[in-house]
Amino acid sequence: MIEVRDLHKTLGTQRVLCGTTFSIEEGEAVVIIGRSGGGKSVLLKHLIGLMTPDSGKVLVNGEDLACLNERSLLRVRRQFGMLFQTAALFDSLSVFDNVSFLLRRERRQTDGEIRRLVAEALDMVELAGIEQKMPGELSGGMRKRVGLARAIIHRPAVVLYDEPTTGLDPIAAARIDQLIRRVWGHLKVTSIAVTHDMKSARTISDRILMLHEGEIYASGPTADILSSSDPVLNHFVNGIAEPRTAPIN
Amino acid sequence: MPKFQRHFREFLRELGELSVLVIEAARSLRYQTPSCREVLAQMYFVGVRSQSVVMTTGAATGMVLCAQTFFQFHKFKMESATGAVVSVGMSSELGPVLAGLMLTARVGASMAAELGTMKVTEQIDALRTLATHPVDYLVVPRLIACTLAAPLLTAQAVVVGIGASYAVGIHLLGISGPYYMANIDRYTDPSDVMIGMIKATVFGAVIALVSCYKGLTCSHGAEGVGRATTDAVVAASITILVSNFFLTVFLTRLFAP
Repeated sequence: MIEVRDLHKTLGTQRVLCGTTFSIEEGEAVVIIGRSGGGKSVLLKHLIGLMTPDSGKVLVNGEDLACLNERSLLRVRRQFGMLFQTAALFDSLSVFDNVSFLLRRERRQTDGEIRRLVAEALDMVELAGIEQKMPGELSGGMRKRVGLARAIIHRPAVVLYDEPTTGLDPIAAARIDQLIRRVWGHLKVTSIAVTHDMKSARTISDRILMLHEGEIYASGPTADILSSSDPVLNHFVNGIAEPRTAPIN
Repeated sequence: MPKFQRHFREFLRELGELSVLVIEAARSLRYQTPSCREVLAQMYFVGVRSQSVVMTTGAATGMVLCAQTFFQFHKFKMESATGAVVSVGMSSELGPVLAGLMLTARVGASMAAELGTMKVTEQIDALRTLATHPVDYLVVPRLIACTLAAPLLTAQAVVVGIGASYAVGIHLLGISGPYYMANIDRYTDPSDVMIGMIKATVFGAVIALVSCYKGLTCSHGAEGVGRATTDAVVAASITILVSNFFLTVFLTRLFAP
């Protein structure tokens, strides 16, 4: 369904992706792990055409995103939903307007149907009845859940999650993980998340890809990756830092 | 690369990107009908809420222009021509330019800051993931609102300016009222008003496009938003002042009898 072939991307002078290659099948729950600043979010943005690669291809159902202009990309993006690291809610719009944004733009449903779908989506993320609140009135965890409701209301085929639990307390993070798993199970979507939160990765994925120095270093079932004895994987999964030898001045 | 050459290349790059934005806005109007709700919201913000600023500017300009013209014309006993100078000056030059500059400061700065903040908080990316082109949702309603509101606000500024100049001229400086009005009527050509309105429409479009462009291309962080806002005001103001000269020459020849 999604295939990434030999992707290269340089930002400024930093080579972020250097020949990244992998594929994701329909209905999979995949997590991409890697160190902070290692290019995970950049990779995720390539999957939905928010960034253009320097070279290489991102194929969605066989269609190369780099060959599409911004207007043609909108058609492809209709199949996606994305939860941003900061939720990226439109802060001048109410929760209802945020969640119903795409449906109201498309004008395919009546107002009553849209209200029902918004209520359903908010109910799914356990935030029923907050339609009239503004994003500024919500906590970080609530904002993420509203962002998730906005991402799934149009029943996308693929949902992308950019660091879904970053900045949340452990309970809020666990709740988001459960919701991601529930969305994957109930809506039969393909779920792709990037994170460096191993607890989250364990909960929400069936397969893990490790991005290391711009390339896919390892790929395999979640249990195998988490119990791997490979030093790079082991250090990352268990949070073992390289000992510093240089003295601190 | 020398500094001047680098700046010139940067200027050309921005001009190219701005042209692409203009083309994209035109294509957007072809592909989709702008949201009435969005356009009305922008019309309210740009038009209704700018009235006090623009009318105050018009009144102050009309009064000072009247007083200054009177003091100079008084030397040649031509005081009654004051009204004509104020009327023609306000209609074709000062009205559109000053209303444009005030709109740039009030509306252009706000647009650049709003879009810039949306850019740095990933709201523009969120729009794109929701299958919405940022130009369709953000630029086109603002462009329509500014293009429609600017001439209306300019007309308001001109009327208030001439009214204020009348009050100053008649009640403060002692010019004869009937002569004042007769000279306004005699020397103000409909083409002066038309030139002013065309200029205001162009300035409205300039304000919206330049401000949206600066907001959409703003760099990261609060500093980036601040710089985008300043750049939008400076660039739109300079564009208005420079294009005013060319528009004056072109439109005056176009409407010449």
